[in-house]
Amino acid sequence: MTAISIKLTDLTKKYGSYTAVDHLNLSISKGEVFGLLGPNGAGKSTTILMILGLTEPDSGSVKVHGVDSTSNPVEVKKKVGYLPEDIGFYDDRSGLENLVYTGRLNGLSYKQAAERAGQLLRRVGLSSEAGKKTGKYSRGMRQRLGLADVLIKEPEVIILDEPTLGIDPSGVREFLELIVKLSREEGLTVLFSSHHLYQVQQVCDRVGLFVNGKLLAEGDINALSKKLFENNPYTVEIGVSASESGKADSISWLRKVLEDTDGVLDVNESNGICRVECSRDVTSAVARAIVGSGADLYYLNRKEYGLDDIYHKYFEGGTFHE
Amino acid sequence: MNSTISSNRISTLSYIKKVMSRFFVFIKESRRPARDDKIFHPFWVIVQKEVSDHARSWRFIILIAIIALTCLGSMYTSLTNIDDAVKSNDPEGTFFFLKLFTISDGTLPSFFVFMSFLGPLLGIGLGFDAVNSEHNRNTLSRVMAQPIHRDYLINAKFIAALIVISVMFFSLGFLVMGTGLIAIGIPPTAEEFLRVIFFLILSIVYVAFWLNLAILFSVLFRQPATSALAAIAVWLFFTVFYPLIVNLIAKTIEPSQMAPAHQVLMYQKLKLGLMRVLPNHLFSEATTTILMPSVRSLGPLTMQQMQGAIPAPLPLGQSVLLVSPQVTGLVSVTVLCFAISYVIFMRREIRSR
Repeated sequence: MTAISIKLTDLTKKYGSYTAVDHLNLSISKGEVFGLLGPNGAGKSTTILMILGLTEPDSGSVKVHGVDSTSNPVEVKKKVGYLPEDIGFYDDRSGLENLVYTGRLNGLSYKQAAERAGQLLRRVGLSSEAGKKTGKYSRGMRQRLGLADVLIKEPEVIILDEPTLGIDPSGVREFLELIVKLSREEGLTVLFSSHHLYQVQQVCDRVGLFVNGKLLAEGDINALSKKLFENNPYTVEIGVSASESGKADSISWLRKVLEDTDGVLDVNESNGICRVECSRDVTSAVARAIVGSGADLYYLNRKEYGLDDIYHKYFEGGTFHE
Repeated sequence: MNSTISSNRISTLSYIKKVMSRFFVFIKESRRPARDDKIFHPFWVIVQKEVSDHARSWRFIILIAIIALTCLGSMYTSLTNIDDAVKSNDPEGTFFFLKLFTISDGTLPSFFVFMSFLGPLLGIGLGFDAVNSEHNRNTLSRVMAQPIHRDYLINAKFIAALIVISVMFFSLGFLVMGTGLIAIGIPPTAEEFLRVIFFLILSIVYVAFWLNLAILFSVLFRQPATSALAAIAVWLFFTVFYPLIVNLIAKTIEPSQMAPAHQVLMYQKLKLGLMRVLPNHLFSEATTTILMPSVRSLGPLTMQQMQGAIPAPLPLGQSVLLVSPQVTGLVSVTVLCFAISYVIFMRREIRSR
């Protein structure tokens, strides 16, 4: 593995009797895009604040590039760019002035900061709005300005807390593409917190599932679905033409056709689509069996579990598996 | 003949214009490159930003307009009444210049009374939304994520407002002195000048107290309106209600006219002590002593103490010595307010909304 960028060890934060973050262990390697996924109030923001040294943990430690965030927050903040949820700017200043201010807080001279701010504004596509007061910016523009604001300090790690909140879908796509591009180009470590599953799925190398202050699972999306849906890891969705039999019977007919196929566990139907649950990947065998029986197969989909399913399983059902 | 005059006038005007524009270009060019390349400590970056925020805000322009008008008004009264104020056997006759700041004909208060009245307004105006507005605009977490210590922000806000106040008071004070100099034609003596400087410093400390109180409220209350109202409530209480309450208490325990001297003395001391809880009382005592050198004591004096005293003004050193408890008191409440807001701010959770 490559070098570790962020390392959390036994991190705990309590607010009174409420435990916001509970013995969290996590390490994120350099150059990785890590998605922190969880519902509201899961402790994502608290964890981020502790990484930045803005909140002190009750126990445990945070190390960013080997520097302890609690005892040496300023060193950490030099390396980490943070885009808070719902970022605020000084509304009576222009976008450029806001960026220059941040740049100067990071030890740049006015000239250097203005130069770099100009480049970044071009990069996030705001150079034509540079002189406009940020009070007049739209939500998406603010968010892009926020990204420029994060990048002006030339960070090694960027932390984005719900960065896509309140942007329209096309804006979200652009924004996510921008993040991925940046992280690939500059080798940045990105920690991306969100409760939007598809966005995390789109950009993240690895995902951590975060509920009630605990990390339930981590890994890439495939590993996660393998881990979470052990009982029936493969599902094949099938649509067949009902010429052989009546529609109501298609399910029992399908059962009969597939009963000899090795690895098929169960067949059921919902909303006109038949689901075949298998113990391993037998999609091709299923297709062969159906086509061989003479029916028209017009739809076949090997279902991969997305975060959506994970989300349903964990947060909305309210029942925990393990 | 006529044409030469007008052409002269035109050339003078255009000359002035030319000089002015050159001056502005000079300022622009001399300032920019040097400053642009310089790397400032983040603390001073925040201070610079806060100062420019103040200078640009409507609020500050309004406050400065009020105070400038006040200055003009009190200047006018003191200049029109200055000839009545000079008496041949006045012990303060030598301190002619200080009268500019102290005399009034009763229709308009004098300069220093105005200051004690408007100073709080200035302090509250500059401080009441210092921290909570950052919080409400969500800029706090963004600034805090930069490599700075948390206390830089609150310290910088205090220092910035203090710089603004100091520049303003010194320029106003010097303007009053300059105008007075032109109007009455008598230059101030070194001692008078020092007394005025001391008075200005005192005013700055006094405003700093109100500034800190306002900053404290801005840390305590999330809504700027609430913190402004709270600060104004304290100001009203201190200027109107507290003296009323003290008078009420004093009335009930007032000794009879036949009471022995020590009892009367005790009573007076108690009354004064109660009043001296107020920062505005401390300020007015201190400024009175500094601007009126004939004031020799701020407490009650017995006949024995008065005996043999020559009605002469005190030297500056003695006046300063006389008001040192007041000054210490003012500085300490200022520091106390700042310390409380500092502690609360440091413990406050930094979160967006």
